[in-house]
Amino acid sequence: MSVPLTLLGLLEREPSHGYDLKRDYDTFFNRGKPLSFGQVYATLGRLVRDGKIVISDAEPGVGPERKPYVITELGATEVNTWLTEPVEPEPNLQTVLFSKVVLALMLGRPAEEYLDVQRAAHLRRMQELTTVKRGGDLVDALLADHGLFHLEADLHWIDTTATRLDALRAAVGT
Amino acid sequence: MTALEARDVALSFGETPALRGASLAVDPGEIVAIMGPSGSGKSTLLHCLAGILVPSAGEVLFEGDRLDQLGEHQRSVLRRDRFGFVFQFGQLVPELTAQENVALPLLLGGARRTAAMAAAEPWFDRLGLAGLQRRRSGELSGGQAQRVALARGLVARPSVLFADEPTGALDSVTGEQVMNLLVDAAHDQRTTVVLVTHEARVAAYADRQVIVRDGRVNALVRS
Repeated sequence: MSVPLTLLGLLEREPSHGYDLKRDYDTFFNRGKPLSFGQVYATLGRLVRDGKIVISDAEPGVGPERKPYVITELGATEVNTWLTEPVEPEPNLQTVLFSKVVLALMLGRPAEEYLDVQRAAHLRRMQELTTVKRGGDLVDALLADHGLFHLEADLHWIDTTATRLDALRAAVGT
Repeated sequence: MTALEARDVALSFGETPALRGASLAVDPGEIVAIMGPSGSGKSTLLHCLAGILVPSAGEVLFEGDRLDQLGEHQRSVLRRDRFGFVFQFGQLVPELTAQENVALPLLLGGARRTAAMAAAEPWFDRLGLAGLQRRRSGELSGGQAQRVALARGLVARPSVLFADEPTGALDSVTGEQVMNLLVDAAHDQRTTVVLVTHEARVAAYADRQVIVRDGRVNALVRS
């Protein structure tokens, strides 16, 4: 999750203060792992420095003076570019797992057992996410779904690889 | 005492072994998902646990008593009185209304029609099926039919619910609704559930998952 771009996106919706930005970020984008205020204001400071947002005039009213942050055209362009570009597909786990499996076979280690351990870890995480989903609201459910579908795809890969271990063992020459 | 147990169960279909020493113990009120590739023997294991099939070797125990030694009639009574079933395609009786389908296990158990229909009624609200009581299976969507089948499986408050790919014919959102209802209802009634599925997302609703591979049960390694 890109914190600067997400905060920029929230500011494109409407000018806002650091406190409100943190609250919206924690609510919609990073549930369970709230941003620190230090991180929020440090990020906003860099966005101001880079000309992507500006600090507007203070709002009149009671209470301490609060200055809203406002997105600039440069910032809005960056948000638009980010939203319209596809996210880089990153099959990180498969790469790590693939390396582990191939190395295990090369070293005469029990690759199938490694896959079993990984399968159990994946299923346990899916169980946790399903619990989150059942107890949460729509945003929780959608976030959990994203994780669940990815874990499920990994599991398909683990199952397929498990059935091809003999062929892979022959291919890596052990 | 376990609710249900298979001990070293073996069964072949002709020359083809389906189970080769499968063992599984299920605690009362537990929801266990049996996973595994096609042809691994997971449905055969469910059928042995439910007394539909009798293993050629090993033991099956229900609440501590040998189920596999019972005769066909006794197993049939046990299935009717203590077990509930949900299958992949609902398998509702097409001539009956949805409410009659739900009431069916009670009617077969000897309940009077009025009492059976009254017991079936609250399930329609509970499973989001209000107003569909008089529809026949051909007039229900796949998700609605499967929820009727779920109500039918649970209406007699069985000790064990056997669910064989209960979401296999449904899209993921509808399948999710059915699984939520199944888990909630099973927990409410303290019904033990044996769930067969090849979908990890469905198995994740269970308290525990096991994998059947080559006719044996592999407990998942917990790292």
